[in-house]
Amino acid sequence: MDWGVIIAGLLTLAIFSFLYRDNPAYKMAESLLIGVSIGYFLVITWTNTLMDLLFVPLTQDAKWPLIIPLALGVMMFGRFHKRTAPLSRIPIAVLIGSGAGVAIPAMLEARTLRQISATVGPLVTESGLPDISLIAVLVGVLTTLVYFYFSREHKGALGGAAKVGTYFLMSFFGTTFGYTVMSRMSTLIGRVEFLLSDFLRLTQ
Amino acid sequence: MGRRIAQIICFAFGALLFALYFSQHPTARSLNTAVMIDYWQIIFAITLLVGVISFVRINLSNIRRGDNRPYRIISLVGLAVMPILAIIWGIKGNSPFMWMFEYVQVPMQSTVFALLAFFVASASFRGFRARSAPAAVLLTAALLTLTSRSSLEGIVPQFITEAADWVRGNPSMAARRAILIGIGLGSLTTSLRVILGIERTWLGSDK
Repeated sequence: MDWGVIIAGLLTLAIFSFLYRDNPAYKMAESLLIGVSIGYFLVITWTNTLMDLLFVPLTQDAKWPLIIPLALGVMMFGRFHKRTAPLSRIPIAVLIGSGAGVAIPAMLEARTLRQISATVGPLVTESGLPDISLIAVLVGVLTTLVYFYFSREHKGALGGAAKVGTYFLMSFFGTTFGYTVMSRMSTLIGRVEFLLSDFLRLTQ
Repeated sequence: MGRRIAQIICFAFGALLFALYFSQHPTARSLNTAVMIDYWQIIFAITLLVGVISFVRINLSNIRRGDNRPYRIISLVGLAVMPILAIIWGIKGNSPFMWMFEYVQVPMQSTVFALLAFFVASASFRGFRARSAPAAVLLTAALLTLTSRSSLEGIVPQFITEAADWVRGNPSMAARRAILIGIGLGSLTTSLRVILGIERTWLGSDK
């Protein structure tokens, strides 16, 4: 008898019991999941980040510059008292400032310029016929961008283009929805398979 | 005063990291790595400790008040058990810590994820009607994806699979690309506003 499988099976059933309605078994499992997940991430963060990146290099390799992130991290504890709370703004300023500084060129390159460059291409093939797929992509990108342009009222040509953009957006949402359903369904099949074969041993 | 200093630090780090992006000098590269990888990870790790302490404090005060007491106790026990197991037996291969991860955390996490399949199904049953032309496009794109990328792939005619591939690779990708361009431009302007001190909501209030 594998106690691990029995406990995993009972906890799986407790979570599934929410499908009937909110009940104590579900609440108990949910609370346990929250506690155990936080505990797990605490241990992993302590081992992989604080020990490996901070305390070991600081104490054994004498990497003194690491005192800076340590001091910034300690300032975060200032949040627990009203008088020291403003101290926590300093590490937040470092994170926000450096994140914003890196985001400007990175976002411009990866999100904007690369996407525009992939969209702009030859619209006529070597045989002289129009490339329907590339034209669809170009029209789709332009009209979808028009849909998200709110500085002018969507009337006339702008309104027409925005309406075309809606169809492209709907095709994107439909495809994304299809993939979401499939990923959830495959996880559900996995859990039901576990319950039937490993836990209840009804199937092989 | 505290707000002004935080803004100056934010501007200094923002301008520094922005400038470092354009330099290939080894010192600039190592400084970039130090700030963006080591500093970030360490500060986030310590922030996690702050979050855990805050979680424990809130739960303890709720237990004292008698608010959902049994569930709060279970959460705290779950939180305490994992570090205790890790301290006593370590976190390697078949340790009790990994046993808890494999037989308690993973099954519950994946079941919560699977639970959403029912809600997605019930929401689509209620809302998935082709009442308008855009709704019909949404429904068609979803059905094409579902039929061509599931176990039905071998049963459905070839042209449906090809149509699904075309929709995914062209109109759907066009909208995705436009959204990404929008995100890029939005992030760019927000970052500039933050560095220049126009956007200050991250500073919070003094109350």
